[in-house]
Amino acid sequence: MQSYLDFEKPVADLEGKIAELKSLASTDQAVSIEEEVNRLSARAEEALADIYKKLTPWQKTQVARHPQRPHFSDYVKSLITEWVPLAGDRKFGEDAALLAGFGRFEGQSVAILGQEKGSNTEERLRHNFGMARPEGYRKAVRLMDMADRFNIPVVAFVDTAGAYPGIGAEERGQAEAIARSTEKCLELGVPNLAIIIGEGGSGGAIAIATANRVLMMENAIYSVISPEAGASILWRDAAKAQDAANNMKITASDLLGFGVIDGIISEPVGGAHRHHDQVMDATRRAIGKFLSDYSGKSRLELREQRREKFLSIGTNLA
Amino acid sequence: MNWINNVVRPKIRSFLKQRDDSAENLWVKCPESGEMVFYRDLEANQWVVPNSGYHMKIKSADRLASFFDDGSYETVALPEVPVDPLKFRDQKRYVDRLRDSRTKTGMDDAVMVTKGRLYGRPVTVGVQDFDFMGGSLGMAAGSAVITGLETAERDKTPFVLFVASGGARMQEGILSLMQMPRTTVAVLRLREAGLPFIVVFTNPTTGGVTASYAMLGDVHLAEPGALICFAGPRVIEQTIREKLPKGFQRSEYLYEHGMVDMVVHRHNLRATIGSLTGILTKAEPAPELASQPPVARISMRAAAVAAEGDDDLVTAPPEAAHAE
Repeated sequence: MQSYLDFEKPVADLEGKIAELKSLASTDQAVSIEEEVNRLSARAEEALADIYKKLTPWQKTQVARHPQRPHFSDYVKSLITEWVPLAGDRKFGEDAALLAGFGRFEGQSVAILGQEKGSNTEERLRHNFGMARPEGYRKAVRLMDMADRFNIPVVAFVDTAGAYPGIGAEERGQAEAIARSTEKCLELGVPNLAIIIGEGGSGGAIAIATANRVLMMENAIYSVISPEAGASILWRDAAKAQDAANNMKITASDLLGFGVIDGIISEPVGGAHRHHDQVMDATRRAIGKFLSDYSGKSRLELREQRREKFLSIGTNLA
Repeated sequence: MNWINNVVRPKIRSFLKQRDDSAENLWVKCPESGEMVFYRDLEANQWVVPNSGYHMKIKSADRLASFFDDGSYETVALPEVPVDPLKFRDQKRYVDRLRDSRTKTGMDDAVMVTKGRLYGRPVTVGVQDFDFMGGSLGMAAGSAVITGLETAERDKTPFVLFVASGGARMQEGILSLMQMPRTTVAVLRLREAGLPFIVVFTNPTTGGVTASYAMLGDVHLAEPGALICFAGPRVIEQTIREKLPKGFQRSEYLYEHGMVDMVVHRHNLRATIGSLTGILTKAEPAPELASQPPVARISMRAAAVAAEGDDDLVTAPPEAAHAE
């Protein structure tokens, strides 16, 4: 069942009418509804295109968090064959918020990591809503180390509100785990790609998003703090999340302008949650292009390109 | 009465405050024990309260003067960074906040970089100052940390960094977050050059600073009782809705949990870092250090660091940033 965001109301109304007509027609064969349905469908499509053409940052935030938006596991299912998930940081535990493993992308060996938010209540709890603990980041480090040794490219799907703020996480060194994961990204002698598929939340995101190429889905957001938390600190009012989102420059096009990301993967009209297949095709092309662009580069070249790219961020802004 | 309270009173207050400063605040209250201490005694004791051992905030200049040989050092010029690229405005414009902080502190931004000698050996030292917008990590502070690391690399000296921060500078948004990988690049390059990087955690160090360069030192020292964390106590309390254990996220707690090597009394930092950097760079032993008994360098403070009510003292002021 399609669920609508509040700003999609005009579309919801039209699609509601269509559904009503269809149910009417199924009970009364005498009524011809085809023409009316076509007319309404066209109008709904138009309305959707109109709305999505001018989404505000706050609306994008809602799209980025849409429960039906493709998550880590959807990407893996569609794009990776022979998926072998690995578990555990070999130090303390396993963290299902950040998944990692090896598989093949169009036949080629790849290492995959990323946060999984889960798509129903049970899954969300199991994956801790995609908020990783130190074990998740240490597992990421372990996996990147392996990928580096076996000379296998790394692809990270980033989707998290942030690293988990809890007693145990602090006790076991959340800050250190994030710092080491970022550091490992910058040491890799193999190509790495990060794709922000939903939310890129602060340190919890950067820990795996420090990559040779960083891409964002068109309606994804990437920020130093969630709009809600930012609002409660800067405006002293969590209800100002909308203002915070609009001020903080968190959309893909803003970040491309700052040189923080290297490219945008277009989403179908109406957002990624409406047409998973199209999103997967676009992502497949982006990963394929990345792998071919970066194949044949030396370990040193790859490392230096990544390091220099990050060092230069922000230095050329007016 | 509201407009009087809101408009007039703060003005009067700030007017009085300035008067207070110039007339010298003679007595300072220890936030932990409540005792009143004559400020000159505090100054002479590097802002450590003599009886309770509470480590108060110390100005960057005072810290540097008591750290380097003869208190003499040279300030390293820092690169210019773009100002307010987000054109950010919350309750106040960011450019106004910046200007106010500069006027109030006399600093350009939160981090300064210096070089001088420690027991006769050259050393590069950075200090992050909590007084400047909560020591928050923006482009200027990030670039300053990078400059410090690069200066040490070029001069082939160890790099000592005193950290203190409320976290990311939110007014710089994503560009603030980018300081985490940027500074990490410079840490790696110093490490690859075979030079030591010593981090000294001071109160408080939180958020994106802890989750990047501060946790990547070869050696981590911490002043007693400092709050050191990723997510602040308040954020955690709001998330889990329960009271936090005493001493949680303080230096001694991080020592117990293997995140810092030593908790060092401010008076012993100079000697400890002198020995460490000398040994790691295989420098000739300095006579003063060789003749010193192995002082209680690991001075675990017995006093309960989590004295109730001191939470407010270590929490970033509203304009200070905070990261998740």
